[in-house]
Amino acid sequence: MWVVFKKEIRSFLGSFIAYIVMGVFLIITGIFMWLIQENNVLDLGIASLQVMFNIAPYILIFLVSAITMRSLSEERRLGTIEILTTRPVSDTDILLGKYLAAVGLIVFTLLPTLFYYYTLTKLADPLQGIDTGATWGSYMGLVLLAASYASIGLFASSRTDNQIVSLIISMVLCFFWYGVLSLLGDVKALEVIGKSLEWFSLDFHYQSISRGVLDTRDIVYFVGFIATFLGGTKLVFESRKW
Amino acid sequence: MSIQVNHLSKRYGTQWAVNDLSFEIPTGEIVGFLGPNGAGKSTTMKILTGYIPATSGDAVVCGFNLNTDSLAVRKRVGYLPEHNPLYLDMFVTEYLQFSAGMAGVSQVKSAVEKAIDLTQLSPERNKKIGQLSKGYRQRVGLAQALIHDPEVLILDEPTSGLDPNQVVEMRNVIKNLGKNKTVLLSTHIMQEVEAMCSRVILLNHGKIVANNTLEGLKQSAPNDSLETIFRNLTNSHVGSI
Repeated sequence: MWVVFKKEIRSFLGSFIAYIVMGVFLIITGIFMWLIQENNVLDLGIASLQVMFNIAPYILIFLVSAITMRSLSEERRLGTIEILTTRPVSDTDILLGKYLAAVGLIVFTLLPTLFYYYTLTKLADPLQGIDTGATWGSYMGLVLLAASYASIGLFASSRTDNQIVSLIISMVLCFFWYGVLSLLGDVKALEVIGKSLEWFSLDFHYQSISRGVLDTRDIVYFVGFIATFLGGTKLVFESRKW
Repeated sequence: MSIQVNHLSKRYGTQWAVNDLSFEIPTGEIVGFLGPNGAGKSTTMKILTGYIPATSGDAVVCGFNLNTDSLAVRKRVGYLPEHNPLYLDMFVTEYLQFSAGMAGVSQVKSAVEKAIDLTQLSPERNKKIGQLSKGYRQRVGLAQALIHDPEVLILDEPTSGLDPNQVVEMRNVIKNLGKNKTVLLSTHIMQEVEAMCSRVILLNHGKIVANNTLEGLKQSAPNDSLETIFRNLTNSHVGSI
């Protein structure tokens, strides 16, 4: 598993995708945090990273899909999948190696935003400080959300040998699970059904964790979500044997 | 026996790619898998390396049954797939180190050196695979196949697309390897078999039409060239699906 993990990380760093993803993420969150009129931290006068945590899920839909789009589809296109799967390594190890590499890269991308956190602690009212619990809860939620996106992305790339198709499938699925389902909860006509559907959305549990309370139900939801998509990926990956 | 195949069949949809194949390859032999395109050579090799399962029948490689002990087989088999797939953005040594890691080799460094040495890759070892000529890429493919010093080498058209000089070099490399390994290689060129193999298994429409030593094959039709024998055998046996 770690052999695949190492190879994936090296190929990310060698192919510039990693740098583009990190750069784009930091630039966009930076713009929203500090520059956009009326809505930035300085104008609002609230020492909170909430602005970033509101916009990040949408940026990550694109960026995580960009990271995972080639992981399996490129192996299919090149034909290297044949060498990979005839090595004495199980399919699970190959997929986990690839998955963890993608998650690792995303966590690494989030790290520089800790500077924002540091800046805010310096800007905040010394008597009140900033809401540490909510901030760390939101970080935790963001990592879990990105890890869920990565499982969707890996699944999408297992279906096709075309990176662009993989990217689009992944973005659509991510947007569906994050945005569409939670919007359904707001539709009054759907009443209870809408609320039930909302419970299945990534956004619902992300918001819940963001409040700074680690609820077992949310953790179970995310772990289950990731396991389901990785299981689906394995199923598709092994379909060559049917 | 290095490879034992018993009544192996593979069906794609309604078409039998391989149909009731049985043969044996003793340890230390270089065997040519010969046949026209679509005869089932690649499919058989994909089954023997554990990439796809057979529809029915079984195969034993190095004493392990593929249906039940696929991982044990994969540890002992080196495989060069058709078209030699490679990561073009990786460096030669980097790729071989990765291959060694995937194959579970403990002494990665010395395994890489040995593979580079055997395939005479040293002049190009520090380049990216994408920068290499076709001949050298083929050697990289061969090097990754033998990185874990496997008992059996399965090579799918190892010389296709090479220029005449490269073909001769490649043949020599494979012949050298065959001194202490079992090699199963596929080709549709008769001269290839003559140059390297001690025995030939001729496939047509998923069935074996000849399994003989080269001498045996020549004796079966003393007046014909091997090329003619090949053409006669593959033209007359139109398999039923």
